[in-house]
Amino acid sequence: MPRPSTQNISWRRRFVNFLAIAAVTGATLVVMAPLIIILGTIIVRGIGGLHWSFFTQIPKPTGEIGGGMANAIAGSAMVLLVASAIGIPLGVGAGIFVAEYGRNFYGNIVRFTADVLNGIPSIVIGVTAYALVVVTQGHFSLLAGGVALGIMMIPTICRTTEEVLLMVPQSIREAALGLGIPQWRTTLSVVVRTATSGIVTSIMLAFARVAGETAPLMFTALGNQFWNLNLNQPTAALPLQIFTYSRSPYDDEIQLAWTGALVLIAMIIGTVVLVKFATSRGMMKGAR
Amino acid sequence: MEIGIHVHDLNAWFGKTQALYNIALEIPAKHTTAIIGPSGCGKSTFVRCLNRMHETVPQATVKGKVTIADLDVYGKGISPVWIRRRVGMVFQKPNPFPTMSIYDNVAAGLKLNGVRNRRQLDEVVERSLRSAALWEEVKDILKKKSGASLSGGQQQRLCIARALAVEPDVLLMDEPASALDPISTAKIEDLIFELKEKYTVVIVTHNMQQAARVAEYTAFFLMGNLVEFDKTETMFTKPSDKKTEDYITGRFG
Amino acid sequence: MRTLQKAPAEPDPVSKQNPAELPVVRQQKDGGKESVFADASFRSVVVACAVSVVAIVGLIAFELISQSRLSLHKFGFKFLVTAVWNPVTEDFGALPAIFGTIVSSLLAVVLAVPLSLGTALFITEICPRRLRTLLSTSVEMLAAIPSVIYGLWGFFFLVPLLRKYVEPWLAKYLGWTGLFEGPKLGIGMLAAGMILAIMILPIIASITREVVLAVPQQQREAALALGATRWEMLRTAVLRNARIGIFGAVILGLGRALAETMAVTMVIGNAPQISKSLFAPGYTLASVIANEFSEAVGPLHTSALVEMALVLFVVTLVVNAIAQLLVWSITRGMPARNLA
Repeated sequence: MPRPSTQNISWRRRFVNFLAIAAVTGATLVVMAPLIIILGTIIVRGIGGLHWSFFTQIPKPTGEIGGGMANAIAGSAMVLLVASAIGIPLGVGAGIFVAEYGRNFYGNIVRFTADVLNGIPSIVIGVTAYALVVVTQGHFSLLAGGVALGIMMIPTICRTTEEVLLMVPQSIREAALGLGIPQWRTTLSVVVRTATSGIVTSIMLAFARVAGETAPLMFTALGNQFWNLNLNQPTAALPLQIFTYSRSPYDDEIQLAWTGALVLIAMIIGTVVLVKFATSRGMMKGAR
Repeated sequence: MEIGIHVHDLNAWFGKTQALYNIALEIPAKHTTAIIGPSGCGKSTFVRCLNRMHETVPQATVKGKVTIADLDVYGKGISPVWIRRRVGMVFQKPNPFPTMSIYDNVAAGLKLNGVRNRRQLDEVVERSLRSAALWEEVKDILKKKSGASLSGGQQQRLCIARALAVEPDVLLMDEPASALDPISTAKIEDLIFELKEKYTVVIVTHNMQQAARVAEYTAFFLMGNLVEFDKTETMFTKPSDKKTEDYITGRFG
Repeated sequence: MRTLQKAPAEPDPVSKQNPAELPVVRQQKDGGKESVFADASFRSVVVACAVSVVAIVGLIAFELISQSRLSLHKFGFKFLVTAVWNPVTEDFGALPAIFGTIVSSLLAVVLAVPLSLGTALFITEICPRRLRTLLSTSVEMLAAIPSVIYGLWGFFFLVPLLRKYVEPWLAKYLGWTGLFEGPKLGIGMLAAGMILAIMILPIIASITREVVLAVPQQQREAALALGATRWEMLRTAVLRNARIGIFGAVILGLGRALAETMAVTMVIGNAPQISKSLFAPGYTLASVIANEFSEAVGPLHTSALVEMALVLFVVTLVVNAIAQLLVWSITRGMPARNLA
């Protein structure tokens, strides 16, 4: 679009225009500032504690210097594993339903419900997981945490799966059916296969989002000062541990919190950047 | 001459709109039959009723009898999947599976129906690509390139190879060359000429000259009705119906 | 209509044919009959997944109601308007939390909307093409930062900043408004509002971007052709047309702010009080649950907390539904993704 000629416009209008453009540009700068400051603060404060011991040791008893967050990192990994085992099949399955079998009233209900689920605050989901799993089992557990996070993964995966499946042209389905390939095989081995890269992307993004969640774990996985990978016992998780340490009166625990934050954010941003890079380079080409 | 396809009292609907009216036709085996007619006359719908693709459209219905050799296509208990393995289809716009290699594309009809034997698959892939006159051009890049990386004309020949790999009795082609440039079209037409040795070919085309070039028999459809069916030569020189004559001489269409 | 006359041919002697001579694909099992069963099974599995999504939402509602029965029964509707929150005397009222939730979220929206709008406009209309990806990716990065990290930064960086510089300045020059009174602790409503504002910026900005992009190019060109300046064109052609969608984006941001837990908990001071001043510590629905749930004193306390969760659930449901409707009416059914 050509720049509008400003020759015959009044002085006042030009000034307002300049002011508005400046304000809008300023707004952008103000928005970028916290990003840089936050990331900068985390890097500066966190890097001091980035020793090998951070990744290999568990927290020392209160009062003693040192220790690490190895148990929290491992605990987070386990919880995320459980969450994926729940969230991925249900999310992808629901997405397939809406795209291939649900171009109707029922499909709309599922899609609407997925959106509702997406908007439910994470702490409410944590309370529900508490009621469903912790109360039933009688104790806090890794499983309960996994259930909470798994539920949170479903809507993102479902919606994106639906989108990418709809992008697969109808002619591909017809080609497969025309060859005498049964409906279920067509959907699974042809349509879903064409959209695989998009589905993987959605899973990674859901994963990254859920990896940083604290609230749903607070009264499900609860946290743990020691190693635990047992499904039926409470476990430490990275975001939880960061939260606990942030309230600590001890400097070294606060340092651990910062380093933990650095590790967590590096992991999440790393995943997001990886996904963007792979998608934009077309390395994950699928449905056109 | 053996009978290829018996069609008796075929009616088809899209929801409440009727698209085909009482079609009765006998398509001869091992010959090429062209289906011509103006846009919207039902030729694609007719052909899609032959391999039960019509019913995959929501709210589409069919009534009537179609027999291929001795197989009652719409018989009780006959699964459409089985029919479609005996009746192959090539579509207007080439539609190779984008994430599969050339080899996998051709083998798709077999692999996805449970055939695992590597040697059998290799054999079938080579045979089909040769029948589609594509073997020489792709034999070195079979597994390296995806089906979508070929040119338009090559993609369509790939789709033909893919359809042939399943070894159907009948090959249906819905305007196979209309999306292609003239050189690719010529190659496809040559191919169709050779295919009739082994297969019963039914080709839908809006291009009358194409029908004259490749088909021995021609059926003329108009507004869901079969107007005339005859040897191509006869139809184009001495049509028996006035409507046919009008269409062929370009008075409408 | 003429058809060819000929005698029916010999039927295809399939049954008499040597199986080894059949085409490879037909050497497989039977006539595709097994696929009917497979089709039905696959469909059932997929339907079950879809049903489970609906069931989960139903379960959530059910559990929230059933676990808060005690509290619902004891307090009834007074729960929503009672200002007391005392676990010791077992006297529970949600008003302080509701008040805190509303105030912090509104403050966040007031701070965030002009900034998000400006950023969205800048990225779509003004900035050079090369910068566009960089800027929009940066905005997405803001959305990717977890709540607890915002809280950590807020507590150790923003709160001292507020305590030492910002709050004294506000008290000095704007104290007459009555909004900036009381001890300058740094933590409190103001801190919560500011952190929330940063957190909801990305969602408002990205939805606004989508909505603005949906405005047809002809509208912009029509305005320019009439001799409008850049800003006038934006104001009349773009913002006016997209205002419903922008409003929806704002409501979505509000919904997000209402639901935020960790960052708020870490900077709001966690005191069940209602105060006019933005410097005062307070409570939000989400933060009270986060703070007290694992050490709840007795079943009534727990039940009251679950009831808070129920209130939060209903509120966010309504707010998000309104927002989705508004955004949908502009982008016409395209899914409102969180990240552009």
